[in-house]
Amino acid sequence: MSQALDTYFRIGERIELGTHEFTADEIVEFAREFDPQDFHVDAEKAAHTLFGGLCASGWHTCAMWMRYNCAARERTIRIPWHGEGSEPEFGPSPGFRNLRWVKPVYAGDRITFFRTNIEYRPVRSRPGWIVLTLKGEAVNQNGDLVLEMENAVLVRASLP
Amino acid sequence: MTQTIRAYEDFTEGMTLPFGTVKVTAEDIVRFASQFDPQPMHLDEEAGRASLLGGLAASGWHTCSIFMRLAYEAFLKHSTSQGGPGISELSWKRPVLAGDELSGSSTVLSKRVLRSRPNVGLVTFRHVLTNQRGETVLELENPILFALREPEAGAAP
Repeated sequence: MSQALDTYFRIGERIELGTHEFTADEIVEFAREFDPQDFHVDAEKAAHTLFGGLCASGWHTCAMWMRYNCAARERTIRIPWHGEGSEPEFGPSPGFRNLRWVKPVYAGDRITFFRTNIEYRPVRSRPGWIVLTLKGEAVNQNGDLVLEMENAVLVRASLP
Repeated sequence: MTQTIRAYEDFTEGMTLPFGTVKVTAEDIVRFASQFDPQPMHLDEEAGRASLLGGLAASGWHTCSIFMRLAYEAFLKHSTSQGGPGISELSWKRPVLAGDELSGSSTVLSKRVLRSRPNVGLVTFRHVLTNQRGETVLELENPILFALREPEAGAAP
């Protein structure tokens, strides 16, 4: 499609975004505001659920993936733009599919986030924009997958 | 005082559970985005207006989290919920802008008892979040696990 865009997005490469340790305090703080189910706010009660211990709201894990994704985009994974026209600019996301919270994220877990850009195509209804599909993942300190999702994002970029 | 606990048996196909209403302020949007999604359109009114979103807009993950709170208050709070394994599909249909008032509902699409764990059932929902104009801003399909009240009664609907 475009060599410059393939290089810029690092198509097909599993990019490490960073590692975060989920503390009990932040798990409870997030959950008290958005998802105060027992297993996210009360370690005692969590022990008696299917989870067996205090664990992060799935939305907390997703939001943290986004935090590391944004930070990495600005710093570590930034690749200079060598194509024609202006540098591609990330816009909003239309949604995602096949999100799986494969395993719980427990208090004290160290979670490493990944992103793999898969492909891109023009958006017919919006000239000058493309939609980039990607896979987001999170893996715990034992190497177990805890989150995966097939995401998409609109990017202002022109295809030759 | 006894509190009725909603269990797997209490969900029926086609049942709709309405949400309350919550107003999303500019302060809420910026606070969430500063922590998790610090892109200009989620932090700054001007940048939001210049973006496709047309104003200071909530991070999509913020909208998801707000949905979660509304669903919690509507039917998860006093229930046997054991969490959800994932989301088959989610669409951020429209931006959520500062000042928007969100509500919505969850509708039961299907339900079944797990073969591997006969004391737990999976209830699949279609959740919809709408704004004050009745426009859909978020739509998702997601199964949630609920313990059975009477596992010995089996998988009777």
